[in-house]
Amino acid sequence: MTEILSEFQAALLSIDVIKARRLLAEATTNTTAEQLVETVIVSALENIGKGWEAGHYALAQVYMSGRICEELVDTLLPKEDRKKNIATKMAITTLNDYHALGKRIVYSALRACGFDLLDYGRLGVEGLVKKIMDDGLDVILISVLMFPSALHVKDIREQLDKNGYTVKIVVGGAPFRLDPHLWRQVGADAVGYTASDAIKIVQSIYGEIA
Amino acid sequence: MMAAPSMTSLQRVLTTLGHKEPDRVPFFLLLTMHGAMELGVSIQEYFSKAESVALGQLLMRKKYRHDCLYSFFYAAVEFEAWGGNVIYVDDGPPNAGAPFIRKPDDITRLTLPRVKDIPCLIKVLKATQMIKEDIGEEAPIIGVVMSPFSLPVMQMGFFSYIDLIYEQPRLFEQLMKLNQEFCVEWANAQLGAGATAICYFDPLSSPTNVPRELYLKTGFAIAKSTISRIKGPTATHMASGRCLPIAEDLALTGTTAIGVSELEDLEDIKNKCRGRLAVIGNLNGIEMARWDTAQTESAVKKAITKAGPGGGFILSDNHGEIPWQVHEDVLMALSEAVETYGRYPIVPGETV
Repeated sequence: MTEILSEFQAALLSIDVIKARRLLAEATTNTTAEQLVETVIVSALENIGKGWEAGHYALAQVYMSGRICEELVDTLLPKEDRKKNIATKMAITTLNDYHALGKRIVYSALRACGFDLLDYGRLGVEGLVKKIMDDGLDVILISVLMFPSALHVKDIREQLDKNGYTVKIVVGGAPFRLDPHLWRQVGADAVGYTASDAIKIVQSIYGEIA
Repeated sequence: MMAAPSMTSLQRVLTTLGHKEPDRVPFFLLLTMHGAMELGVSIQEYFSKAESVALGQLLMRKKYRHDCLYSFFYAAVEFEAWGGNVIYVDDGPPNAGAPFIRKPDDITRLTLPRVKDIPCLIKVLKATQMIKEDIGEEAPIIGVVMSPFSLPVMQMGFFSYIDLIYEQPRLFEQLMKLNQEFCVEWANAQLGAGATAICYFDPLSSPTNVPRELYLKTGFAIAKSTISRIKGPTATHMASGRCLPIAEDLALTGTTAIGVSELEDLEDIKNKCRGRLAVIGNLNGIEMARWDTAQTESAVKKAITKAGPGGGFILSDNHGEIPWQVHEDVLMALSEAVETYGRYPIVPGETV
């Protein structure tokens, strides 16, 4: 499996969709689709995320890898088998900013790992608080690019608290990478610097809630 | 050792760009929105008049004694010039609204904006002229362009643009041609209005965002041909993105300096760029919002010690724009720390 993982990861990094698909197809002859997702796809995405954090890979590679894996998982696993978080309602959004790349990367990576989540697109503070409560979310993932948007996560927490609503807030994006204390300052429950962090955080929250 | 005689800001900056030691480390406070605070108006009102921005820049330089004037309004001004909608907020820079290239085919219907016809650009040029009339040759005026390669992040959205680069090379080329024409005209108009140099913002070219192999075929080639047509010196800025793996490539684009990230060690960058590219950076603008005087002084000392010796260094933030949330006490502490610790000669390791 280690060899497949290494080849699959290299195929993702060079955006070679055909090779990535072929490697998985060959591997399904002696491994179940679920095992492949866990041991190859999730691991490859985690490694690529860590590699980006360390400066070895680029965001474009992280994004394209997630997109390729999302498509491969859609063909590998029937939809009903992908709902790992059936008891946990989760959504992802960008707050105020029109920069959706980080959100798209995390969305693809989580879906590629078998999680179902709603995509809220882009929302402001008021709209997001209403959606969280209306949809009865357990987890909200918030991606930001601009520093003021990061600071407005605090307003979301305060408005939810005022309404007595509890939700896990997970934040990510450039301002949180540049200031590692910022996520606590704005009242988030966790911060993810990469898509692989997001996978681990969501797995952990799911474990707590389930 | 006797201190070198005092220089003007322009002399100081030119000396360091020539990889020699001036009287002290030059520092660029890349302030934009803080001008609104100085004038006691909202950010939107501030950017509505060239006169406000010119006055704000002149007042801020007088107050903080830094070595440049920054005729940059906000990053989305070029997006606005292409017909995009700009969103104003009370506590940050005007931001780009929804992308106007909604699907790749929209690229075939784009019309090149001409600088002389676009009110938001004319306003920037007017502010540049007003600053120049006041400052003359005392200090450099830094104009700004978005690189043709990075502008589509606003024009069409980040992930749609990455899809385009990988999957639709013909339309990508078409967009680059249009953006390059616009970029060259916009840069030269600013130089004509009095800007001393152009900051070529190119964060997408950073290895944080695209792999080097892709950069060499795209952002690098585009930068090389664009910069060769800009009739003045340029500094390339990565807006918080990494640059070390492409530092040698950047030197070949014809740029004279690079704005570098806090994510990389300033000493490593300086060693790689020595004698070829001046280094601008790399104070953490986000953390700066909660620094106190002691933290500010420590960050300045550390940066100066690592990159100051030998010249070729301008102290600045790592993003190219100081956040609105950074308090004036911190800006003042920055200025004082540069005066205290930035005087040449600087011995590596001596000030920490």
